[in-house]
Amino acid sequence: MSQTSHTPTAGDENPRPSGAMRGPQRRLRLAAYPSLLAMPALLLLIAAMGYPLLTVTLRSFSDPAWGLQNYVWFFSTPVNVTVLWRTFSIAAWVTIVCVIAAYPYAYLMTAVGPRLRLVLILCVLVPFWVSGVVRTLAWVILLQDSGIINSVIRLLGFDGVKLIRTQTGVVIGMAQVLLPFMILPLYSVMRGIDLRLVQAARSLGARPARAFLQIYLPLSLPGVFAGAIIVFILSLGFYITPALLGGPRSTMLSTLVQSQVLSLLNWGRGGAMGVVLLVATFVLLALAAPLMRQRHKQASRS
Amino acid sequence: MRLAPFRILLGLFCLLVAVWLVMPTLVIIPMSFNEKKSLAFPPSGFSWQWYANFFTNPDWLSSFFNSLRVAGLVAVAATLIGTLASLGLSRMKHSGAGLLRAILITPMIVPGVVLAIGIYAVYLDYQLVGTTTGFVIAHTMLAIPFVIIAVSASLEVFDVRLETAAASLGADRFTTFRTVTLPLIAPGILSGLLFAFVTSFDEIIVALFITSPYLKTLPVQIFTSITRDADPTVTAVGTIIFIATTVIISAGLIISSKSTRS
Repeated sequence: MSQTSHTPTAGDENPRPSGAMRGPQRRLRLAAYPSLLAMPALLLLIAAMGYPLLTVTLRSFSDPAWGLQNYVWFFSTPVNVTVLWRTFSIAAWVTIVCVIAAYPYAYLMTAVGPRLRLVLILCVLVPFWVSGVVRTLAWVILLQDSGIINSVIRLLGFDGVKLIRTQTGVVIGMAQVLLPFMILPLYSVMRGIDLRLVQAARSLGARPARAFLQIYLPLSLPGVFAGAIIVFILSLGFYITPALLGGPRSTMLSTLVQSQVLSLLNWGRGGAMGVVLLVATFVLLALAAPLMRQRHKQASRS
Repeated sequence: MRLAPFRILLGLFCLLVAVWLVMPTLVIIPMSFNEKKSLAFPPSGFSWQWYANFFTNPDWLSSFFNSLRVAGLVAVAATLIGTLASLGLSRMKHSGAGLLRAILITPMIVPGVVLAIGIYAVYLDYQLVGTTTGFVIAHTMLAIPFVIIAVSASLEVFDVRLETAAASLGADRFTTFRTVTLPLIAPGILSGLLFAFVTSFDEIIVALFITSPYLKTLPVQIFTSITRDADPTVTAVGTIIFIATTVIISAGLIISSKSTRS
């Protein structure tokens, strides 16, 4: 810490055995101010993220006149409150679907041999090899009334199901996009679980279900929490998938923000909606952060 | 043996999940050879016309090259800035490092549309809408977190004593960095570069707001084409991207497995 009191140019006044060589002098500067290396990134972040978000926030309070009217409008219009509620409920559904699908899948990844594991990992990564918009188009093809899923359902002798332009379709499409964010943290936690603990419980007379519920499940919870938080927060801000797969009855908050700004040119109201979304995201993150840390500690202790 | 039914159930369930994950990627490929201008499945006939359309239609070609140019510039800029930041973060000892890292990673979680309207508002003021500069600035900001995560991961396993050893043998700071640090964290930098490129090449939300008729990126072109009409050219583009990615990743895997063996 005493080094920070030196200005960078005062490096050669520092009494060091290596004398006035160029090398040590440079090392001293960087050693004293490593955070300087992060400055370009920080400046870009302030210019390209901080300033724009500040502008949105300011406009939500000042456009068309100073005051809280945009927020009063937002929370007193039933449509907006419905959409806000729906955004959270879709995000919750997507998270639940992801947990249910990812948990057995991640477990299987830890239980099989290296060859099959590679195949399972490839299945998780392949979705990333096609651009996101193209993938959403693929879901349109799959979910439409004459699409593959409905053909299979009819083949099995059931009536066709309306999937495209419904909330169910949006959840199916979003969960597929977000599933890797659930599988990967779960897998990394499950890989570290000592299976001898489960064996010990079994040898002490616990049934498989009990051994799972009392030993394996609690140890894997940090992965579930980490994945669920990421999936939920990313779901809240989804825009493309609901816009293409959803109908008017599955509009999410992002679409509303977009139409306020681009179609109605109402920066104040659009900004207020954006701030609500932003605040919700960061409040959730702040609530989840200590929870995740605590769970991690518990896991490493046991 | 009593567990057998459970194992079969688990296997079937996971097969279903795997199909769910992979199906959207695979359904694109047969659709791209469709003879008719429709997105109904299964496709009928066989033709290369949507590929021909992609390579001859100036709208598609120019948006493709725009994306390539923007993503190339973003990959270089984000890798440079992000690697510097990771090096700085790894050398910071006090608690500020954790906070600074968290701040630098926030672009990953800020809702896309909120960021997009903010950037759009600022760009309108500074005449950056529809410019390469505007795209590169916004996408670099979005790509830096991925570079920081990739480079930090390889810095975490990097043994700092190697730098001390090099310095004690008389190498100056720059020589140490060039001959010791850089080669050892090169895999992290390379994957950061790749992530940055893909982030920009694939970015759509901010791009939809700051695009102009004169500068469209590929995702914007795809999006407008999907919303305007059922144009199967999109499926041809998707297939091309899929094959290109597969080739690049396979090449990368082969090269890295060869270099670890030798």
